[in-house]
Amino acid sequence: MSTNGNGGNGNGGDELLKKGVNETGVAGVGGNVSGGGPAPESEPGSVVAGKAAPPPGKLTKADFSSDQEVRWCPGCGDYAILNSIQKVMPDLGIPREKIVFVSGIGCSSRFPYYMNTYGFHSIHGRAPAVATGIKASNPDLTVWVVTGDGDGLSIGGNHFMHAIRRNLDLNIILFNNRIYGLTKGQYSPTSEFGKKTKSTPMGVIDYPVTPLSLAIASEATFVARAIDIDVKHLSSMVEAAARHKGVSFIEVYQNCNIFNDGAFDSFTERSVRSERVLYLEHGKPMVFGKNRDRGIRMNGTRPEVVQLGSETGLNENDCLVHDAQILDPSVAFMLGRMEQPEFPQPVGIFRDVRRETYEDMMAQQIEDAVARQGRGQLHKLIHSGDMWVVE
Amino acid sequence: MSAIIDNPPADARERDVEELETVTIRFAGDSGDGMQLTGTQFTNTSAIVGNDISTLPDFPAEIRAPAGSLPGVSGFQLNFSSRDIRTPGDQPNVLVAMNPAALKVNLSDLEDGGTLLINTDEFNKENLKKADYASNPLEDETLRGYRVHKLPITTVNIRALQEAGVKLSRKEMDRCKNFFALGILYWLYDRPMEPTLEWIRSKFKKNEEVMRANEVALKTGYNFADTTEVFTTHYKVKKAVIAPGKYRKITGNEATAIGFVTAAELVGRPLFYGSYPITPASDILHELARHKNFGVKTFQAEDEIAAVCAAIGASFTGHVGLTGTSGPGVALKQEAIGLAVMTELPLVIVNVQRGGPSTGLPTKTEQADLFQAVWGRNGECPAIVVAPATPAECFSVAIEAVRLAYRYMTPVFYLSDGYLANGAEPWLVPEVEDLPKIEVEFASDPAAFMPYARDEGTLARPYALPGTPGLEHRIGGIEKQHLTGNVNYDPENHHFMVLMRQAKVDRAAQDVPPVEVFGESSGKVLVLGWGSTYGSITSAVEKLQAEGKSVSSAHLRHLNPFPSNLGEVLRSFERVIIPEMNLGQLATMVRAKYLVDAVPFSKVKGRPFQIREIVKKVEEYL
Repeated sequence: MSTNGNGGNGNGGDELLKKGVNETGVAGVGGNVSGGGPAPESEPGSVVAGKAAPPPGKLTKADFSSDQEVRWCPGCGDYAILNSIQKVMPDLGIPREKIVFVSGIGCSSRFPYYMNTYGFHSIHGRAPAVATGIKASNPDLTVWVVTGDGDGLSIGGNHFMHAIRRNLDLNIILFNNRIYGLTKGQYSPTSEFGKKTKSTPMGVIDYPVTPLSLAIASEATFVARAIDIDVKHLSSMVEAAARHKGVSFIEVYQNCNIFNDGAFDSFTERSVRSERVLYLEHGKPMVFGKNRDRGIRMNGTRPEVVQLGSETGLNENDCLVHDAQILDPSVAFMLGRMEQPEFPQPVGIFRDVRRETYEDMMAQQIEDAVARQGRGQLHKLIHSGDMWVVE
Repeated sequence: MSAIIDNPPADARERDVEELETVTIRFAGDSGDGMQLTGTQFTNTSAIVGNDISTLPDFPAEIRAPAGSLPGVSGFQLNFSSRDIRTPGDQPNVLVAMNPAALKVNLSDLEDGGTLLINTDEFNKENLKKADYASNPLEDETLRGYRVHKLPITTVNIRALQEAGVKLSRKEMDRCKNFFALGILYWLYDRPMEPTLEWIRSKFKKNEEVMRANEVALKTGYNFADTTEVFTTHYKVKKAVIAPGKYRKITGNEATAIGFVTAAELVGRPLFYGSYPITPASDILHELARHKNFGVKTFQAEDEIAAVCAAIGASFTGHVGLTGTSGPGVALKQEAIGLAVMTELPLVIVNVQRGGPSTGLPTKTEQADLFQAVWGRNGECPAIVVAPATPAECFSVAIEAVRLAYRYMTPVFYLSDGYLANGAEPWLVPEVEDLPKIEVEFASDPAAFMPYARDEGTLARPYALPGTPGLEHRIGGIEKQHLTGNVNYDPENHHFMVLMRQAKVDRAAQDVPPVEVFGESSGKVLVLGWGSTYGSITSAVEKLQAEGKSVSSAHLRHLNPFPSNLGEVLRSFERVIIPEMNLGQLATMVRAKYLVDAVPFSKVKGRPFQIREIVKKVEEYL
C-alpha cells in the first residue's frame, strides 16, 4: 500500500542507495550507488546510456547505433529497416542530440533503444500523442515515430489519425507485417480476410484496413511506401520523409519470419519484384516490368494495366504520369488502393504537398499574443479581475 | 424612458432599513433564465462593497433541458456577510423562483419563515403541469409560513422595455428579466448598480440595443422595488472585517489556471496543457488558452489519453507538463500516468472531481477519486497527491503541485472538485515577490551522466533534455536498470526499483509542512478533512468550540505522502471523525496507515456538507 510505503518519511531511500540493487531483498554487495557504484550487468553490453560526444566532422552510421544489443528475432525485416535508417541519418546533417525516436509497444517499438539519439519507448498506441507533445513543445527537435500495424492502426488508431491531421512535422514509419508478433501471432488490422491465426483458427472475419488510405483520408501531406528488403529504395524514402516539412508517413512492408513469414513474398521476391511492383516517381509515367513494357492508364474512372509496345500501339506517353504534388488527394488514394494480383503493388512517394505545420502555427499564435498584449506579467495576471481593497 | 426608471416618487423611497450580519440567497430559474449570470453579478457587487462571500452554483448537466421542466432548473446560491464566512450557507434565507419548477426543486431547502420572491407570471397552467403541481402553490397552502413576495416580473419587465422604446423582439426582451430580478435584489440589499451596469456596457458593447435593454431592466427592477409597496423593509450587510489587503473574487477553476501559469513562470519554463473537454474541468482549458502571451501552450487533444501523453512528451523536452480532466478522464489516463512514474518525469494531473461512477453526475461535486489517484494504476505505482481546500487556495496548491513534481521528478495529482471549481470567494492576492521560486536543475555534463542515478536528498533522477549534446538516452515503460536506465528484467533490479520509486514518493514528506490543528492540540474529537469540505468542517468546529466543546479540526492538503506529524495528531484525540463526499476513502487510508479507529462520515449527494450536518454528527461523539 503506497501510503504506508517504505517507512512513512521515505527514509528507506537512504538505505536503498547505500545498499544498491543486490541488497534490497537478499544479501549482496554494498556500493555507493548514487555515485555510480556497481549495478548488476543483466543486459549484455549495458553501460552508461549517453556516450561521449562524437568526434568532430561528419557522423557515420556507427555514431547512430546505440550500445544496446538488438533483440529482434534473427531474420526479422526490422533489421533491414534499422540499417536503412541508421545509414540515412548522417546524410541528414542533424546532430544526434536533436533527434528523438518515439515508439509505442510491439516488436517495431523497440526501435528507439537501438538508436544513439534521444528516445522514448512509450505505451501501446500512444507514440503519436507523445511525439505531438515533444514536437509542439520543442520544434527544434527532429521527431521520428516508429510504430506497427497493431500499435498504430488498432490500439493507436485514433492518435494516428489526429497526429497526421494536425500536420506536425513528424516522421511516422509504420512497420506493416500484417500480424501481432510480440504477443505471438494474433491477426492485426492489416491481416488478410480469412487468414487463420492463433486467435482466428477458423479465419479472420474482419475486413482489413489499408494504411495508406487511412493516412490520406487523415490529410497526410507526405505518404510513401517501401519494402524492407529493398534497402536502397527504403533509404531514399526515409530521406525524403525526413526532408519533408510537415507530417510524413511511410508504410514499410516488413516480413515477420516467425509468425507471418513470406507475407509479401509474392511481389517482393527479387525474382518477381520488377514484374509485380510499381515504383512511383514524381513526374514520370507509371511503367513497370523488367522490360518496362507495361503501364497504368485510366479507363474512365478506373486505372487499368496495359501492355506497351508495337502489339498494342501504346507507349509511355499513354500512361498516367505520377504527380505527387497535387493538392487533391483523390489520385493518391486511388493508387494506394491498387493491389496485387490485379495491379502491380505501388511503392514510392504517393503524396508530397505543403501545408503549414501545427507547431509553427502554435508558435505563431504565441508570438502574436505577445505582440498584441505584451509578454505576460505575473503581477498583472494575479492583480486583475474584480478587485477591491480592504483597509 | 419611463418615469419609473429614472425618477421614482420621493415619498416612496422611505423604508425601514434593517441591518443583517449574513444573508444566503438562492437564485433559481430555468437553465435558460440566466441565473448563473444573475448570481455572479450579485456576488461581484457584494465582494466590491466589502462583504465576505462564498458561492455554490448548481446547474443541470443538460445545456437546455425542456423549458419549465424540473431537470432544467438551474440554481446559484450565494452567502454574503459582514463577518468571515467559509461556506455558501446551509440554508437559503431568500429564494428567488423564476418559475414553478424552480420553486418545486428548491422550496424544501429554504429556511422556515424564509423570504420568497416569485415571478408569478410564469405560474400558468402549462408550467404548473411541467413542475408536477396539481394545484397552484401561490393559491394553496404550499407557501404557508414563508414571507412571500409575488412579483409579475415577466410582464413588468416587458412593459418597461416597451415604454423605453427598446427595439427588440418580445422574446429578446424577455431574456432581460433576470436583470430585472437582480435590480429588485439590489434594492432589497442596498447594493450599488454601477458595477453591473459597467459589466453590461462592456459585455454588450457590440449590440447597443441589447445593452440598453439590460440596463433598463436592471434599473427598472431596482426602481420597481423602491417605488411599489411590495417591500416594507430593505437590508444592509456591512463590510466584513477581514484581513487588510487587496482582494479579488475568484473561482477555483480560475485560481487553478492562474496558479499553473504562475508556477510555470516560477520554474522559468513554458506551460504545456494537454486536455480534452470535460465538465467541470473545461474552464481551466478556456482560461489557459487566454494566456498565450505567457508562452502557454494549450493542446486540445483528440482524447484524454492523447492529452496526458502529449503533456508527458512536453515534460520530456522541459516544458511544465500539465493535463487536466475529471474522474472519467483520469480513468483513461492512468496507463500513461504509470509511464510517467516509470520514466520519472514531472507531470501534474488535475482532477476536478465530479459525481461518479462512470458518467455519474457531471455537474455535481464529489470527492470519490482519492483512491483512484493514490492507488488507481497497475503495478506498484506511487504518485504524490495534493488537494486545495478552498477556491482561492487552488492558486497556491497548483504551485505546490508543480514544485513537488519537479523536485521529485514524478507525477503529482491535484484533486479539486466541482464545488471548488465553480464556487467563488474573495482571494487575498499575493505579491509576486513573495511567491517561492521553483528550483530546477537540468543535466548538462556528459561525463558524469547516468539517466537513473539518484539525488541523495530527494532520490530524483537527473533531468536531461533532448537537445543536450552527449546526454542522448532512451526512456520508456519497461523496467529500468538502476543507474543506466537500460531495459532490464533482472528480478533483484525490479525489486530495487519498485522500492526506490516508492521511497522517492515517501521522501516527499520531508517537504510537506506539518498538519495544523485548529483548536486545542488534544481532546475528545478531531474532525479531519481534505479538499472542499474545509469550509463546512471549520465552521462547524468553530461553532462547537464557541459552545465550549472539546472539538478540534485538521485539514490535509497533502494526501500522499501524508504530513509527518499526522499520526501523532490523530492519536491526540479520543475520536477522529472524517467527513468526506465519498464512502470513507481518506478514513480507510488513515485507518490502514495509523491503525486509528477513525469514523467515516459520508455524504454523496452531489452537494457539499452543511455546517449543521457536521455539527450534528460531531455531537454524537461528545
